[in-house]
Amino acid sequence: MTGAADKARAIIESYDGPALRIMEVCGTHTHEIFRLGIRGLLPPQVRLISGPGCPVCVTPPGFIDEAVMLGLEHDVTVCTFGDLVRVPGTDMSLAGARSKGARVQVVYSPLDAVDYARDHASEQVTFLSVGFETTTPANCLAVERADAAGLGNFSLLTANKTMPQAYQALKGSADAFLYPGHVCAITGTRAEEDLVGQGVSGVVCGFTAPEIMCALAIILRRSQEGRPFFANAYPRVVTREGNKGAQGLVARLMEPCDATWRGLGEIPGSGMRLRDAYAAYDARRKFDLPHVEGRSNPACRCGDVLRGACTPHDCPLFGKVCTPQHPVGACMVSGEGACSAYYQYGGEQL
Amino acid sequence: MSDTVMLAHGAGGRQTAELIDTVFKAHFDNPHLTADDAAVLPRPAGPIAMTTDGFIVSPPFFPGGNIGKLSVCGTVNDLACMGARPLYLTCSFVIEEGFPLERLEQVVSAMSATAAEAGVEIVAGDTKVAGRGQVDNLFITTTGVGEVMPGTHLAGDAARPGDKVIVTGDIGRHGCTILLARDEFGIDADVTTDCAPLWGPVKAMLDTTSDVHVIRDATRGGVGTVLYEIAGESSVSVELDAEAVPVAPEVRGVCDMLGLDPLYLACEGTMVVFAPADVADDVVAALRATDHSHGAAVIGTVSADHPGKVIMRTSIGTRTLLPQPTGELLPRIC
Repeated sequence: MTGAADKARAIIESYDGPALRIMEVCGTHTHEIFRLGIRGLLPPQVRLISGPGCPVCVTPPGFIDEAVMLGLEHDVTVCTFGDLVRVPGTDMSLAGARSKGARVQVVYSPLDAVDYARDHASEQVTFLSVGFETTTPANCLAVERADAAGLGNFSLLTANKTMPQAYQALKGSADAFLYPGHVCAITGTRAEEDLVGQGVSGVVCGFTAPEIMCALAIILRRSQEGRPFFANAYPRVVTREGNKGAQGLVARLMEPCDATWRGLGEIPGSGMRLRDAYAAYDARRKFDLPHVEGRSNPACRCGDVLRGACTPHDCPLFGKVCTPQHPVGACMVSGEGACSAYYQYGGEQL
Repeated sequence: MSDTVMLAHGAGGRQTAELIDTVFKAHFDNPHLTADDAAVLPRPAGPIAMTTDGFIVSPPFFPGGNIGKLSVCGTVNDLACMGARPLYLTCSFVIEEGFPLERLEQVVSAMSATAAEAGVEIVAGDTKVAGRGQVDNLFITTTGVGEVMPGTHLAGDAARPGDKVIVTGDIGRHGCTILLARDEFGIDADVTTDCAPLWGPVKAMLDTTSDVHVIRDATRGGVGTVLYEIAGESSVSVELDAEAVPVAPEVRGVCDMLGLDPLYLACEGTMVVFAPADVADDVVAALRATDHSHGAAVIGTVSADHPGKVIMRTSIGTRTLLPQPTGELLPRIC
């Protein structure tokens, strides 16, 4: 291990300051922190809370209902990443829709969906465009490619989200955020730096054991200074400006909109939708979908988990009726979901 | 003769006989393979082990092997896991109409070469041809008979606290190879399957000591799945040392890119061995001196705590539960 990592570890293990709640926003962080056993290093007064940074988890049931509607009522081929297939909608998941005859195609990239549309000219093809700033550029690129190829049968059902508004909405839930390194690689860090002025603290964090330990050590040190702070602990990938090419692509094709997050409700300006110039590629407008108000299983506490208001163990369904094999809530479906990580790695029991 | 397999090749008439003579007999020739309805075989001295396995891998040809080699290795290795010297195999083919004869020859030739290496005779077989689209290229089922070596008592419920857990080589290569051979990810990497007949390594171990508790080949579901199976069957836990698990750099690279864990990728030439601590070093030394197991390593220890669980000691020395395998990572892999 590197010298910096050893130092970080010593800071973490010897921390004797006040209680701290640190929210790891990103689902990949949740997963890696469990996989690396990093919770085992933390003193008892430091709590890691899993936040809303898994795109599958924060996608509300109404979005699944819209996708099901496209597949069953509009005869559209729904292309999607695999995780979303099993996320429950109000009445059924996409797997359920598939068993009733909907065409649901699992792809590994939005560009695969464009290829599918090109190869299946007689079908209408919609890609389920979920994700944060990291994945949104690829979704925009898919539209740009489809547009260049003149594909009239390709569209996106958008549920793209942006993180900075969520940090503000979650301000009271945590004392500091582990900011998602992949998102910041695209966006740069200006938004997170500006949040310091509003009393929000956080550190941009990478994904290896030394990077995560260093970010945590910085939070433990800086929070003792008694004022809000920001630091970039992932400088090998994240710059202040971010990826200008990706930012420009998204700005050309998309504009901000209000968005509904599972667990957090509607957050103004936290979503992205296609601009009017690209309305022909927007499945909602193309197929004139009605507004859908989806409903979750009332006993499922995914919403509280995503806000950091409870841990998966506090949910009455967790590990009993809700397991990775039979998920009730989205957080158990996704490989990045907090419930799935707690279930797979045995929570904090070891 | 036509250059593809036709429905008539499976109809039992002249063309069937022609296919058997020119392809199967030409490669599998041995004194026990006759034109009669069943092979008549000498009885071995010890108890016999018998097993059967179906192979439907997609694609049927991949770097380092093909479905034919796989169909011999899979069954031979299942016998070897029970401490049985493989003696005889039967094979049953279901071939899709239109499958190129040249490719069939390659499959059969690989089976013959692998059988020779494993010291096993192919003594009976069957061929059926199915209509186009009814099977994916070809399916092969092999059944094997072996003679259990005296003094061995290998079983999945025989792991004991204190045992060392050994792998016979680096893990996850077959699963990774098939994943890339499907060409769905646009990733090029120089990965070849580990597919190999493993009676040699098993014999080398058993010649060193008969005190080996469990041998299991880490096929579908990979090493992680086998560890959970044995932990459950033996009511023990396995403490796995993440840093000690051998993984080829190219497999590691592909896995990092795709977010996969090599512990759950299939192996077709790598086994998991549980042996008492006092013989573990000798077992590893014997394996390392034998073909197909030069990369053998101790990867963990068996304990009585947390029965049924696999606990991983991470790269930073913390402990975490190895996630339970949740099902097929890839269908049609072997």
